[in-house]
Amino acid sequence: MPAHLENEVTLIAAARAGNGEAFTTLVNQYDRNIYRVALNITGKQEDAEDVLQEAFLKAYTNLDSFRGNSRFYTWLVRIAVNEALMKLRKGRRDRSVSLDEPIATDDGESMPREIEDWGDSPEQSYAKTELQAILNGAMESLEPQFRTVVVLRDVENLSTEETAELLGLSVPAVKTRLLRGRLKLRERLNKYFKRG
Amino acid sequence: MNCKGVLNELSEYLDGNLEPALIEELRRHLECCDDCRVVVDTTRKTIEIYCNTEPMPLPQGIRERLERTLAKKLKRPS
Ligand SMILES: [Zn+2]
Repeated sequence: MPAHLENEVTLIAAARAGNGEAFTTLVNQYDRNIYRVALNITGKQEDAEDVLQEAFLKAYTNLDSFRGNSRFYTWLVRIAVNEALMKLRKGRRDRSVSLDEPIATDDGESMPREIEDWGDSPEQSYAKTELQAILNGAMESLEPQFRTVVVLRDVENLSTEETAELLGLSVPAVKTRLLRGRLKLRERLNKYFKRG
Repeated sequence: MNCKGVLNELSEYLDGNLEPALIEELRRHLECCDDCRVVVDTTRKTIEIYCNTEPMPLPQGIRERLERTLAKKLKRPS
């Protein structure tokens, strides 16, 4: 087991035994990631901060139910995603967008026509913060049905099955949304990254 | 395989989950179709760019407020 994960097992055990400092160390290790998940899903800073707090409070209360058969980080992400989805659904109750709403079938979809390539490392033409703003903007512009799937799969690197389970979707539905979401993102980044 | 076929297999291909026979077919199509080649290539880069981003530092004050909220909880024996 890599040293940082071994260390993590020790920290979790200590936190379970009531060592607050051990838990704080775990929190500091992952708070940026958890905030990113929350912000990507809810799209709002205040909501993301609420989710961050609620997720870690819940994690602390339920530490005993962490079995150690998944990564601690994955376990945390699941808690945060559930909190974020609750916020998202609450905020959208009277609007038309629903996360589990079936999306139109692919029959009409065709390969985008594209002749302009991006070059090898298109992201390197931007400064770090500028790039971050571009990436966030593109992600935010996706509808939540696509955004949640792409965030979990391509930003947080969860598997298709984990994503399906978390979102309460079938595996084929995740795959369809992932493809659509990826194509939409690509299209939105195109104007920044295309050559010339 | 035609353009539509490439689109259907695109995600599996980029995730490395496509069967070898289909990979072969897909690559043969890419050799003669510039549109698909560019879309496959730029979609791959899109995924790579997102996969490789490190989370940004937390905005001002968030970590402090989080620690304060947690401290209240941690002090109380549950
Ligand atoms: Zn083609």
